[in-house]
Amino acid sequence: MSQGNKMPAPGERAPGFTLPLSEQRRMSLDEFRGRPVILVFYPADWSPVCSEQMALYQGMVPEFERHEAQLIGISVDSVWSHRAFAESRGINYPLLSDFEPKGEVSRLYGSYSETTGTAQRTLFLLDRDGVVAWSHRADPQERNPGGEGVLAALEVLSTERVAR
Amino acid sequence: VTATTAGTATTPLQGLGGRLAIPVNDQDHILGPAQAPVTLLEYGDYQCPYCGAVHPVVQEILRRRPEQVRFVYRHFPIANVHPYAEPAAEAAEAADRRQRFWPMHDWLFDHQDRLHPAYLRLGAEEVGLPAEVVDREVGSHAYLDRVQRDFIGGIRSGVNGTPAFYINGLRHDGGHTLAELLAAVDTAAGRDTAEGE
Repeated sequence: MSQGNKMPAPGERAPGFTLPLSEQRRMSLDEFRGRPVILVFYPADWSPVCSEQMALYQGMVPEFERHEAQLIGISVDSVWSHRAFAESRGINYPLLSDFEPKGEVSRLYGSYSETTGTAQRTLFLLDRDGVVAWSHRADPQERNPGGEGVLAALEVLSTERVAR
Repeated sequence: VTATTAGTATTPLQGLGGRLAIPVNDQDHILGPAQAPVTLLEYGDYQCPYCGAVHPVVQEILRRRPEQVRFVYRHFPIANVHPYAEPAAEAAEAADRRQRFWPMHDWLFDHQDRLHPAYLRLGAEEVGLPAEVVDREVGSHAYLDRVQRDFIGGIRSGVNGTPAFYINGLRHDGGHTLAELLAAVDTAAGRDTAEGE
C-alpha cells in the first residue's frame, strides 16, 4: 500500500473511494457510475501550475459535459483550502480532500509522492463502468499537461460507445 | 512525455506534441499577406495581462516584417478567472461580422482596464459599430459558439495558458519579448535577424 507508483492501468477497474467534498458532505466514485469520470490528482491548491491547470479544466467543463463526463480534482489539501481555492479560481467542479489518512486515495492511484507528501500530477479517464480507459502522469511534474490528451481520450471513448 | 508508468499498456493518445491541431482557415482572423512565408498565430485572452503586454510586440513585428509575416488571432478566454474575457471576445466577433475585427481587437487590448460590459459599448462606438446592436448580440451570446470553437481548438493544440504562439504551425516555447519573437519569426522565414536592420 505504501508502493506509491503503480498507476491502475487501462483496462483495470478504478479503485473505489469516498472522500470529503466539504465539512458535511462526502463524495464517492460510485455516485458517477454510468458516466465517464475524469480524475485529476494535483500537488497543491494555490501553486502556480496547479492554479493554471485547474482553471483551464474549468474552461473545458462545457466540452466535458457534452460527453456527459464528470470532472473531479483530488489533492491532500483540506476542505477549507479547497473551498477558498475554488472560489478564487472560479472552479465549480468538485475538489476532494485526500487529507486523512493523508494521501490514501492518491496512493491507491499510484499518484502519491513520499518525497513531497503531496499527490503527483496525474490524470485518469474512467469509462461508464468505472474501468480505466486512459491515464497520464505529467512529465516533468511541474508542467501543466493541458487538456489535449484527456479530450482526445474522451472522444475515443465516445466514438467507441457509438460504434458498439 | 510518458502516458503511463512502465509495465502498463501504452496509450496511443500522446497529443500532438506542440503542433497546431486546427490549420489556419477562412474562419480565422488573419492580418497580413496570404503569401507570407511566416504565419504567427496567437491564442489569446483579452483580459489576460500577459496578452495585453505582448499586443504591442505583435504590432511591432508586423510593422517591421510587413512582407514576411501574417498574423492569426484565436480566442482562448479563461472565463472563470477572467470574467470579462468571453464577452470581450464575443464583442470582437460582433465587430468581425461588420468587418471591424482588428480595430475592436486593438481597442480591447488597449483598454484592458475597461472590459466591463458597460465600457464595451463605448469601445464598440469608438471603432464605429452600432453599440446597441453589439450589446444585444453579446448579451444573447450570438457568437459564443464561435469563441468556444477557438478555445477547444486551442486545447487540442496543447494550449495550457495564454498567450500561446505558433509559428508556421509549431508551438513557440521561447519568450515573448520583441527580440525573442522576432528572432523566432526570422528563423522561420530562413533569414538572419541582423539582415536588413
